[in-house]
This record gives sequence, C-alpha cells and structure tokens, in this order.
Amino acid sequence: MTTTGSPLSEYEALRASPFLRRGRVLAAVMKVVLFACAALSVVITAAIVWVLVSESLPFFREIPLTTFLTDTEWTPVFTNARYGILPLLSATFWAAGIAMAVATPLGLVLAVYLSEFARPGVREALKPILEMLAAVPTVVFGYFALLFLTPLARQFIPGLSGFNLLIPGIVMGVMILPYVVSISEDAMRAVPMSLREGAFAVGMSRVQMAFSVIIPGAFSGVTAAYLLGFSRAVGETMVVAIAAGQNPNLTGDPREGAATITAYIVQMSLGDLPHGSLAYSTIFAAGLTLFVITLVFNLLGFFLRRKFREAY
Amino acid sequence: MSVTALGAPAETQRLVLQKKAQDLIFGTIGVLVLFVVMGLLLTLVSDLVVDGAGRITPEFLTSFPSRRAAQAGVLSAWIGTSLVMIVTAVVAVPLGVGAGLYLEEYAPKNILTDAIEINVSNLAGVPSIIYGLLALGFFVYALGMGQTILVGGLVLALLILPIVIVATREALRAVPAGLRESAYGIGANQWQVMWNYILPSARPGILTGAIVGLSRAIGETAPIITIGALTYIAFLPPSPVSASPPFVNFDWLNSPFTVMPIQMFNWVSRPQAAFHENAAATGVLLLGMTLLMNGFAIYLRYRLRRTVRT
Repeated sequence: MTTTGSPLSEYEALRASPFLRRGRVLAAVMKVVLFACAALSVVITAAIVWVLVSESLPFFREIPLTTFLTDTEWTPVFTNARYGILPLLSATFWAAGIAMAVATPLGLVLAVYLSEFARPGVREALKPILEMLAAVPTVVFGYFALLFLTPLARQFIPGLSGFNLLIPGIVMGVMILPYVVSISEDAMRAVPMSLREGAFAVGMSRVQMAFSVIIPGAFSGVTAAYLLGFSRAVGETMVVAIAAGQNPNLTGDPREGAATITAYIVQMSLGDLPHGSLAYSTIFAAGLTLFVITLVFNLLGFFLRRKFREAY
Repeated sequence: MSVTALGAPAETQRLVLQKKAQDLIFGTIGVLVLFVVMGLLLTLVSDLVVDGAGRITPEFLTSFPSRRAAQAGVLSAWIGTSLVMIVTAVVAVPLGVGAGLYLEEYAPKNILTDAIEINVSNLAGVPSIIYGLLALGFFVYALGMGQTILVGGLVLALLILPIVIVATREALRAVPAGLRESAYGIGANQWQVMWNYILPSARPGILTGAIVGLSRAIGETAPIITIGALTYIAFLPPSPVSASPPFVNFDWLNSPFTVMPIQMFNWVSRPQAAFHENAAATGVLLLGMTLLMNGFAIYLRYRLRRTVRT
C-alpha cells in the first residue's frame, strides 16, 4: 500500500487545502482580536489609575497628604485657599449613609418577599418594575429631590434648607434599591431548597425560615449587595450635585446642604478650568479619593459575592 | 417547647395559626413596601408630566436653548444625544461582545483570566464621574481631542462596556451545549462555531443587554459635564449625510455638542421657575426614551424566554 492512499495522508492533504488554511488563519486572528477586547478592560483600569495619579500629582506636590486628609476646610478657589478633603468626605458619607438607612431595611424586605413569598408569576411581573426604577436617569431623580420632595419635606421638618443632605440621601436610597434587591435576591435564591424544606419540617413559619435560614445562608451575598450599593451611593453624582448644594460644609446636621466629592467635581467642571492649574488638579485629587473608596467597597463586595456562589 | 404542649390538638392549632399570621403580616409588609416604591416612581413620573407636559410642543423640539425660557428648546440636545449614542453603540457593542465571547468561550482558567474578570466587575462599579475624569485627562488633554461628540461617545462606551460584557456572557451561557458540540462535530473551527452558530443564537440576549446599556448611557450626565461639554450650544453639528458625493461625512464627530441630560441639569440649576418647566419637559422626553428602550428590552427578553421554552 502506498502512503498517498492512507486515510491519514488524505487528511493531511485536506488540511493543507487553501480553503481550510484560510479558515484556520481567520480563527487564529479572531482569537487574538477577542483577547484584545477582553484585555481592554484591564487597559481602561490602568488608564483610570494613571490619569488620576498623574493629574493629581501636581496637587500632592503642593499640598502635603496630612493637610489634605486632616484640614477641616475645603476652599481651593478662595484667596486664602484651604485644602482639607474632610468636608467633602463627611457630606459624601452622610448622603450615602442616609441612602443605606433607607435601602437596607427596604431592600431586605423586598428581597425576602421576592425570593420567598411572591409566587413566580408575581415575581416575573414585579421585576420589570424594579428595572424601570433602575432605568430612570439620575438627573431626573435630582429634579425630583430638589423641586418636589424638598419643598414637600420642608413643611414637616423644621430647619430643613432648600439644599440639604437628607432628601438626596433618601432619593439615592430608593435609587440603589433595585440594584441591592437584585443582588440579595440572587443570593437568597441560591440557598438550596433542602434548607427551606428542613426549616419547614421543624415547624418554622415562612418568616422564621427567611430570617433564621435564608438570610444567614445568603449572608455573604446580602452583605455584598449592601457594600456594592454603598459604593454606588458614594459615587452617585447628579442627585447630590442638584439637591445637596455646592457649598463645602463640615456638618453633623443632614438638614443642611453640603457639597459631596462628586458635587465638587461637577461644580468645578462647569466653570473654566485651565489645564495644569492647581484648581484643575484638585478635581483629580478628589476623584482619586473617590476612586479609592469605591474600589475598596467594590472589591470587598466582589469577593463576598463570589464566596456565596461557591458556597452552594 | 415541651412535648406535652405539642400533644394537645388545640395547642398545635394555635401554633399553626400563629405562624400563618406571621407569614400574612410579613407578606403584607412586603406588598406595602412594593407599593411605596411603585408609588414613588409614579409620583416622580406624574410630577414631571404635570410640570413639563405643557412645554412639549413641536417648537420645543425644533428650537435652540435660549435666555428666554418660553422660547428655549432642545433641538441641539436631542440631536447631540442621538449622535453621541451612535458613537457609543458602534464602539461599545463590538468591544463588549468580543470581550464577553473571549471570557465565556475562549479564556483558559488561569490568573490572567481571573484578573480580567475581577477587573470587569470592578469597572462596573467605578462611579461614572471617574470615567469623566479619565476622558478629561486622557482624551481631551493627553490626546488633544477636545470636547467633541467623539469623546462624549467614547466615554459613554467605556462606561457601558461592563454591562454589554455581562449581558453577552449571560446570553452565551444560555446557548445549548449541543449546538456547540454538533458544530464542532461537523468540522467547524472555533471561530466558525462562534460566528455561524453561537453568536446568532445568542443574538437576542446580546441585543437586550446592548439596549439596556444604551438606555443607561442616554441618561448619563456626570461624565459629559466633566469633560467640559458646553451647556449652551445654539448650532448643530455638520450633517452626517449630504446630497452631494461622498454623501456621508464624519465632520460631526469633531463638533462640540450638548445632550439632553446636560440641558436638563442646566435648566434645573437656574432659579427661575420658567426654566424648571423646561427642565421637566426635557425630563419627560428623557424618561420616555429610557423607559421605551427598557420596555423594549424587557419585551425582547420575555419573547426570548418563551421561544426557548417551547
């Protein structure tokens, strides 16, 4: 038998045909192209870090880090400029904290309700409504907070300013609700059915089961939902920029207005910012602070979320 | 609880009733919370409509912004939004689908893949204003591109990239494994399997994700403000199509622009009530656009689920 007739060499000949070779080359090229698309996300992160660090470097050369972190006033465009991030940080955490105070109980109740109580048909009907809520542009929420809720609330809450931290905080809480509910509900539904059956078998009511089996069982996922929700509230811009005022104000009273980190960046961006000026680099220093805070919460949330996925 | 107590039928009955009551109370609380949230959404929409509906006239859509509130319109804003969305879609969809395809179908299980995954989920949580700072420092100044439609579209594309990636991966995961295996079985190579079998069958899911991503981009304000896009634009970008050859041109990419949410923000921040009406009218249009897009995406997903089941 000659070698040319063997199935193996026929296969070799077929493989060598230009048609199939073109297909193989295209497949190899596409593999590289697709990898490049995925690697782009790493490039974006690197670019974010590089831009934030390099553009805020002139600021940190001028202002020592200790002053930046401990000074209690933020007046970068005044003649006697002070550069303490504390007023912006405190307003940011006040607003985000109020948002969490709204989103935590409501989110927990909604997630438990959707995952354990609602029948599948009801759940399918309700989820789009939550998605609609998540789709509302933030600038619309800002309008609602400033021109509808604040005037309304001022009739009941004495001392509430036209710009305040309370109302934007509450609005942000409602805004992050769909996000928090969706992640916590995912975690709760990942708890195995056998645990539910066990709970019912020892005579628990559905509520007891939810609070003593499901929530502890989904604890890392639910915690992740709140960490990610908090990070969203910290980075949220338009609601606070519109309704919380643009005045840096180190205050313990959420009825007063105070600029958050994001509101400060918006305010400065609206004016004329010469590239390379100290004022220009302040928004990058503020942005870097914001990025570090959200990064910590995002990473914590990511690993906790992954943990609950592996647990079951 | 002692065994003897449980033995009495009356006691057992009381316990059962008590637990049923607990469930009923919690179920009611759940429904109440839902109603409160839905009520708030309804209040928001009706407040906007009550404030702004009177301003939505053909003139509002065909006038430039003006110092006189009654004559101001959103012409430059809605055209700007449309053009920016074209750039965003053209950039974000292929890149996002490519990245999703790689992570779901190609990526080996190693540290690099893990790093990319952590990275994508972290990018999804980076505040939008940080993307604005990235665009300001990188596109606007380092590359000297200026405050143009191209930069606006690019920054929104980066912003929604994680949404498109996640949606693509979910759509790919839903493709039955048998399809993949039979395509390989008839001798298709990896790319042929992807292009001819996997991507077409994941298309509706990918489309849904792309629409949801674009609906988020349409309402984004912060990154566009940060790149320093002007809020007062009383002219239109050069037209992308013309009557004479070559019929299409891309000069509009380098034009300054404004978008609907910026126009709305600008009007909200003014003290005069007349401008607030304009803001509300812009908000109604914006809300209408995002809700329509999301409604369409939800409908697509619903239809998709039905066809998969049968």
